[in-house]
Amino acid sequence: MESVPDIRLLLAVLAPLVGAGAVMATGRRPNLREGCSLAAAVTLFALTASLVPEVQAGKTLSWTVFRLLPGLTVSLRADAMSMVFALSASFLWIVAVFYSAGYMRGLQEHAQTRFNTCFALALFGAIGCAFADNLLTLYLFYEIVSVCTYPLVAHHQDAEGYEGGRKYMTYLTATAKGLVLPAMVLIYVLTGTLDFAQDIRSGILPADCGRAVVTGLYIACLLGFAKNGIMPFHHWLPGAMVAPTPVSALLHAVAVVKVGVFSTVRVMLYVFGVDRMEAFNLGLPTAYFVSITILVASVIALTKDNLKARLAYSTVSQLSYVILGVALLKPAGILGGVVHIANHAFSKITLFFCAGAIYVATHKKNISEMSGLGRVMPFTFGAFAVASLSMIGAPPVAGFVSKWYLLNGAWDAGSTGILVVLLASTLLNAAYFVPVVYRGFFGAASPEDAAHPHGEASAAMVIPLTLTAAISVVIGFYPDLFVQFAKAILP
Amino acid sequence: MPPLTPTGGPPWLTLLIFAPLAAALVASMLRGERALRVWTLLFTLIEAVASLGLLWVFDPGTARFQLVERWRWIPALNLEYALGVDGVSVLLILLTTLVMPLCVLASWTYIQTRVREFLICLLLMETAMIGVFCALDFVLFFVFWEAMLIPMALLIGVWGGARRVYAALKFFIYTMAGSVLLLVAIIALYLETGSFNIPDMMGRPYSPTFQLWVFGAFFVSFAIKVPMFPFHTWLPAAHVEAPTAGSVILASILLKMGTYGFLRFCLPITPYATKVFAPWILGLSVVAILYGGFTALAQTDLKKLVAYSSVGHMGFATLGIFSLTRAGLEGATLVMINHGVTTGALFISVGIIYERLHSRDLGASAGLGKQMPVFAALLGLFCLSSLAFPGTNSFIGEFLVLAGGFQVSTGMVICAVPGVVLAAAYMLRMLQRFAYGGTDNPDHSKIPDLGIREIVALAPLACLVLWIGLHPQPVVHLMESSVANILQQATGPAGTVALVSH
Repeated sequence: MESVPDIRLLLAVLAPLVGAGAVMATGRRPNLREGCSLAAAVTLFALTASLVPEVQAGKTLSWTVFRLLPGLTVSLRADAMSMVFALSASFLWIVAVFYSAGYMRGLQEHAQTRFNTCFALALFGAIGCAFADNLLTLYLFYEIVSVCTYPLVAHHQDAEGYEGGRKYMTYLTATAKGLVLPAMVLIYVLTGTLDFAQDIRSGILPADCGRAVVTGLYIACLLGFAKNGIMPFHHWLPGAMVAPTPVSALLHAVAVVKVGVFSTVRVMLYVFGVDRMEAFNLGLPTAYFVSITILVASVIALTKDNLKARLAYSTVSQLSYVILGVALLKPAGILGGVVHIANHAFSKITLFFCAGAIYVATHKKNISEMSGLGRVMPFTFGAFAVASLSMIGAPPVAGFVSKWYLLNGAWDAGSTGILVVLLASTLLNAAYFVPVVYRGFFGAASPEDAAHPHGEASAAMVIPLTLTAAISVVIGFYPDLFVQFAKAILP
Repeated sequence: MPPLTPTGGPPWLTLLIFAPLAAALVASMLRGERALRVWTLLFTLIEAVASLGLLWVFDPGTARFQLVERWRWIPALNLEYALGVDGVSVLLILLTTLVMPLCVLASWTYIQTRVREFLICLLLMETAMIGVFCALDFVLFFVFWEAMLIPMALLIGVWGGARRVYAALKFFIYTMAGSVLLLVAIIALYLETGSFNIPDMMGRPYSPTFQLWVFGAFFVSFAIKVPMFPFHTWLPAAHVEAPTAGSVILASILLKMGTYGFLRFCLPITPYATKVFAPWILGLSVVAILYGGFTALAQTDLKKLVAYSSVGHMGFATLGIFSLTRAGLEGATLVMINHGVTTGALFISVGIIYERLHSRDLGASAGLGKQMPVFAALLGLFCLSSLAFPGTNSFIGEFLVLAGGFQVSTGMVICAVPGVVLAAAYMLRMLQRFAYGGTDNPDHSKIPDLGIREIVALAPLACLVLWIGLHPQPVVHLMESSVANILQQATGPAGTVALVSH
């Protein structure tokens, strides 16, 4: 595989950083400030999109930013795997800029400049993770995401916000410092490098590494990237739901959590490698381990009346699909897992957008109060319904594509257990999403709502959520772009 | 070691060492506080720039002592005035000269009484500290070592806080106890070799018992200075009571004397004993890392918090040194430099808070960041550096120390890992309290943000945090050969020959 130096990678990573600076500098003029966010988002997407043809042609683009010590560099790469994440995250940032302007202004939130600055910084971290060429770079940007999102989680600066923020930082930094850092150092000691392998087969660990060491490192990496939401280190995610909804939408459905699963998958495939994982039988046990998360999180989601909390647990559950797919170590499974990074992003951001739109229009957070709202907010609930279908995995919405490949992968791996888990979780998904939609469209409106009629939220919110719902359908029909990239990962 | 031959040329090191002394003499004659401050600042700046000249004349390609000066001093005792530097000491000298002008700036408004005496103390400290890092004759080293003690005790005892006399006394007694043992070790070595020349003492076939005893004396004396658990109790007291400049000098330079002692004396002179004691010292280092972390987490006094964090960080330095691996030693030297930069900056920051609030209480400073955004950004950078955030200076040092540790004992490193997590916990807690606080923050609406002087005092350190963090190669290059040589002396054939011959 060819590796070509390309400065666009650096520019892409710098775009949100420069954007953050511009947002901070223009804080006194809200329109200009949002304009800066938008410009940064569009620049980032354009740069990322401009990489597509080369990566499709099978090239790997790279750029070294800093050389710390021999074998330790901060360097970037764009390959098929990074494109799946980078494309979806950078595109959704554009949508989120509009939505968050609508949301934050609609609620007249305080500290909007800080909010937008940190938002851009979080994207800086996420794109850095997507383009990371080695474990050190990945870790660097992973930590940047953790630190820069704290102000977003604690945004409201009330007791609940601080508590959520504390939990957030505690879980994320303790796992990263306590597990990933030592694992990374040990990998460096064992191999003399932290650069990811060029393909997913070989990994980078030397052949004479014992089973115990490899397994220990693997577990540390699996649990250490706690942004992936694997139980028991998932509590930060529901805790972070105190953040304003655009944060929950872009960060806790796309950027932050996907940084977690992306990092996990990157390390599984490009540090450990499929061959090593097969040899030491790490695949299926991982799949079963994350199955617990898939099922338990779904059951917890069922019990939540707060819409955002239900979505949060749904996210916890869906993230583990990605890891489960890859852990099957079969082409179809890896394909399904990687594609789900993008598919879940588009659908889950729609759901959070809807939750935020409902809150801005009605100030309601609980599902039990949302009876009949679908009739006054048809676009919002329509989009919610479409995205729910995607979560459930019904054709022809995006989620179906990933679930199809996941089921194939489970079949190829010959694991009935995983098949059962996938089917059971589909039923659970339906069980916690369908009632919301049903209640919205067919429930009786409360007398209070009848007394205070309201319509949809502002267009700045409704258009983005309709758009992402529509895209979820489009990539259900034409899944080629992401599937093509995911196929390019396979040996 | 090859015999120490004078390099010839101008006596750069002598000039560097004694220029501050001359400046102190000038200061004693100047009139007017402002003139005094400006003179000291100017002088320390010139000294800092001049010391950068070391980078031009120093050749990092060799491990030999360079810029060597040798003069007879007291021939009857074979005493010499011998100076010279290697990669490690050059770095520490640069750190010293960099920190001094910042100390003067940080004391600009902080010190209002006996300004002349204060500034003279600072300049005397500078002479003694550079002297310690340059001395290659053991008695000369000891003279400088002791010479640091008095101005430092004065800094704490005269310009310190409420319990300054107690703190100064404690500092004095602890370090004095260490010094006595150091003197004993020096005399023992003299009786064995008939020389006070430090390179002469390295790589000699001392008997194992002799090595163990000498090492023991060295160890206690340097461990107090580092300070290693359980010899650390003087540190929080001294830090809390000392004025900002005192804390900065203490943290940035004085603590490094201990680890410098390990590198300069323990490893090359007593390699056998080093190997015998190394596992135990590694254990103590891990204890220090954990203890420092837990105690720092429990503090509400900002200075104590930073002081205990020093105990933890210096634990990493000793962990690296006694892992006796290349990565460990290089990492430890980096940790020494980085701790000097970061903790110095943190103490200046705490001083800045204290000057505004007249309190070092974490609760009192809650939410202050809102009024001081520039300061909050700088403090944020230093806090991240202190918790070894990737991309900052401390990360690379800790990374190498852990890498060195893994080569010796995986279990030991895994035991130290909670310390890394704790560092994140106490630093982020402090940063959170400062930047956000809680729902019931005190009113800070009249507090001004940083002035130019304060920004200038912090900016060089902030630049170093990022520069070493992202581009550590020049620093590593400077010390590479020297560290390799020290390691070779500790683990190479010289260490084993002694075992065989006895």
